[in-house]
Amino acid sequence: MIKLTVNGRAHEADVEGEMPLLWVLRDVLDIKGPKFGCGIAQCGACTVLLDGAPVRSCSVPVAAIAGKKVTTVEGLEVNGHLHPVQQAWLDHEVPQCGYCQGGQMLTAVALLRHNPKPSDADIDAAMTNICRCGTYARIRTAVHAAAASSQSKRA
Amino acid sequence: MSAAGIGQSVTRQEDARFLSGRGRYVGDINLPNQARAIVLRSPHAHALIRSIDTAVASAMPGVLGVFTASDLGTDLGTTAVAFKRTRPDGSPMFWRAYPGLAKEAVHHVGDPVAFVVAESIDLAKDAAEQVQVDYAALPAVGDIELALRPGAPAAWQDCPDNVSHVHELGNRAATDAAFAAAAHVVRRRYRVSRVHAQYMEPRCALGSYDPIDGRFTLYCDAQQPHRVRDILAREVFRIPSGRIRVVGVDIGGGFGGKGPQVLEFRLLLWAARKLGRPVKWVSERSESLLFDEHGRDNLHEAEIALDADGRFLALRSHWVANVGAYVSSDRNIQATFQNTPGLVGVYDFPVGHVRFTCVLTNTPSLAPYRGAGRPEASYVIERLIDDAALETGIDRVELRRRNIIGPEQLPKITALGYHYDCGEFERCMDEALGIADWSGFETRRQAAKARGRLRGIGLSNPIERAAAPGMEFAELRFDARGRVTALMGSKNHGQGHETAFKQVLATHLGLAAADIDYVDGDTDRVAFGVGTFGSRSAATAGTALVIAAGKIIEKARRIAAHRLEAGEADIQFAAGVFRIAGTDRSITLKDVAAIAFLPEQLPAGTEPGLFENGMFSPEDNTYPYGSHVCEVEIDPETGALEIVRYVVADDVGTQINPLLVKGQIHGGIGQGGGQVLKERVLYDPDNAQLLTGSFMDYAMPRADDFCAIEVSSIVVPTARNPLGVKGAGEAGAVGAVPALMNAIIDALSPLGVQQFEMPATPDRIWRAINEAGWTRAQGAPVA
Ligand code: FES
Ligand code: FES
Repeated sequence: MIKLTVNGRAHEADVEGEMPLLWVLRDVLDIKGPKFGCGIAQCGACTVLLDGAPVRSCSVPVAAIAGKKVTTVEGLEVNGHLHPVQQAWLDHEVPQCGYCQGGQMLTAVALLRHNPKPSDADIDAAMTNICRCGTYARIRTAVHAAAASSQSKRA
Repeated sequence: MSAAGIGQSVTRQEDARFLSGRGRYVGDINLPNQARAIVLRSPHAHALIRSIDTAVASAMPGVLGVFTASDLGTDLGTTAVAFKRTRPDGSPMFWRAYPGLAKEAVHHVGDPVAFVVAESIDLAKDAAEQVQVDYAALPAVGDIELALRPGAPAAWQDCPDNVSHVHELGNRAATDAAFAAAAHVVRRRYRVSRVHAQYMEPRCALGSYDPIDGRFTLYCDAQQPHRVRDILAREVFRIPSGRIRVVGVDIGGGFGGKGPQVLEFRLLLWAARKLGRPVKWVSERSESLLFDEHGRDNLHEAEIALDADGRFLALRSHWVANVGAYVSSDRNIQATFQNTPGLVGVYDFPVGHVRFTCVLTNTPSLAPYRGAGRPEASYVIERLIDDAALETGIDRVELRRRNIIGPEQLPKITALGYHYDCGEFERCMDEALGIADWSGFETRRQAAKARGRLRGIGLSNPIERAAAPGMEFAELRFDARGRVTALMGSKNHGQGHETAFKQVLATHLGLAAADIDYVDGDTDRVAFGVGTFGSRSAATAGTALVIAAGKIIEKARRIAAHRLEAGEADIQFAAGVFRIAGTDRSITLKDVAAIAFLPEQLPAGTEPGLFENGMFSPEDNTYPYGSHVCEVEIDPETGALEIVRYVVADDVGTQINPLLVKGQIHGGIGQGGGQVLKERVLYDPDNAQLLTGSFMDYAMPRADDFCAIEVSSIVVPTARNPLGVKGAGEAGAVGAVPALMNAIIDALSPLGVQQFEMPATPDRIWRAINEAGWTRAQGAPVA
């Protein structure tokens, strides 16, 4: 039995320790926000936050996350309020097919946490998730917008 | 509340669910008691199957079935090519459709050999490893140039020269005559690489069979759900189409690649019926590269004839296309016809002639991918004009200007048969050149040079056929509370249809988005549909919706007139309200809808209810066009390339939602640019083994590959549909491929590099620079 906390809720999963976190989330816990894109840590569709840091859950064995907190895209909203990153994504109409966007937003959340005012180059370096719909330009704009709105809230 | 109508940049209705992880894709759906399937695929590019032994695999725990061609027997039919062409000697074209599973031989790496169904995906994989297939390997060919060489291995043993078929377009005699009389002839070879659509959601499906009513249900990620149903019903299972329900939900990208004739669909439905359990199949990324239909992959030997003043006299080209091993339907050869007349671009060619040679190789099928022949055509003409400019010494913008079709020449039938209706091509080019400060480029080149960098600028003037003749359907169903459900035959897969079509209804019926429920993709709910491809949905489905809305107004007006005790002719409709002209007496459409369900309140002879549908099939194509200007910098020390500026001016006709249009243009440039910069499906030329089998080897464009893209629009609405829309889905890709390559060559040409084939990876650029340096040191003439 493996214990894990996802989006603030404690879960137990009766799975092998080497099962990738992605499939534990999707197939065992029915948390479908993380997506499968490649299975080899190349695309970022499966990104979740582990104690606030982005990881590619397709390549993380569930046994390796003992005691850590998992956040998926479903966990970004707080009390029905969109996270500033979600709001920026909405305002700047980032998604097209939407498939990659959970991973993109989580990566952006982590970036802004340790770099509240990233430059374009910082964004390009941190946001290595693939978006085949080519929403990169709007992602850049939205990250800047989220940074600005978080700062104005803090001020 | 006022509704956002046509032309407004409203943000999308559908984003709320995508942003909270509530998007529902096929992979997210599970059915009770479902089994999982995998496809066992050939490791050989070409081999005879001597035997298949499934005994061990079938006996493994949790395995429900290991199926091969002999299990399928004659249960499944195959699809067919409708366009019958001929080979060079006049014999019928050579084509073979995929059977359900390979029987006697396999013809490319990834060719399906067995279908394994088990309680879990891991059990299915373990069982597949225990299937013993005895192959006798045969020589294979993976490249069109090699395939056409005398003595090359044959992709099919019964087609020794590897030529599936040939065909022609244009006027050969007149073209040859024009070439004979030309002052200049410029001849070049261009290779357009093989790429993969690489939708982030790999293909997947979930099928079940209900033995009580004898019906299949298939959840799948197809761009044309009704076509999927019809192909499965008519050609594969040979049952009435009402016996299959296809349901499409959110789709994680398609770009042309999620077509209707998917082989796995039929296998999993067949297995679901046989086993009495739902069966789910999800492609892995490596499997996707092995078996999905690929895009592009062609070679062009193109020539342009000019008079002494640089006026175009004729275009002549040989288009050599890879058609892979299997040609299962017209879709697999589509990029070699229909869209190829774009070869003459926006230019006034008196004549032209194109020969096509469609070549068989031991590779998967080819199929439409964002542009489907359009980017190739645009690449050839826009590269060729740059090369002609270099060779004749005429400035490349001036050369385009001398030959561009003027608005006064429209409508016009081009030398290759397109019927351009409207457009201001030169104005569009000037718009892009102006924004990009083309004339100030030399200063920027010098400044870059001072920093040790090579800077180049490229221009392309793409035009493409969009919204081709073909039906599309929309239905409007009101309920007694005035709420409406719009049921669309098109299938959104990321374009933002829900938002755009609600805007159409806001303009035509005055309804707010919140009053509209949106449905697409379910063949049981939507009576008819063709689907989304070829930049068609806004023009075709949008117009079908306008037609349905018109019928709603017509009927509702009758009811409103009765209610307001006025003559129908005196009733005006605007912004959702019927009003007696010149008075303040009015009734809303929503209230009329409620009355429509009260028979006693209707005018005599009026059928109750308020349901209408619309069908539209345009009489001719639309022709969106644009101008792209791209500026790059290259570090000659490393070959590293940076796109420093990208400007597009384009005309996609009326824009239902400019924000959506811009997103489509960005996405198209991302894909066209990706092909030029780094993407490539590569096969080993000697044995046709796939060398780019995952994202480790197939380089994908990422955030740092692109700068911001500046999009400016001019709007010349087309009269070919009542909305005036031309289509925007493919435009970005069509323009980006030539614009970016022209910029790269412009950067490299001071070194003497004038020919360079995609992908422009740093190592390839570096090598070209170094080889050019060597050539100059030897004093050899610059090519
Ligand atoms: S699925 Fe995990 S990185 Fe692609
Ligand atoms: S929005 Fe489609 S892959 Fe990113």
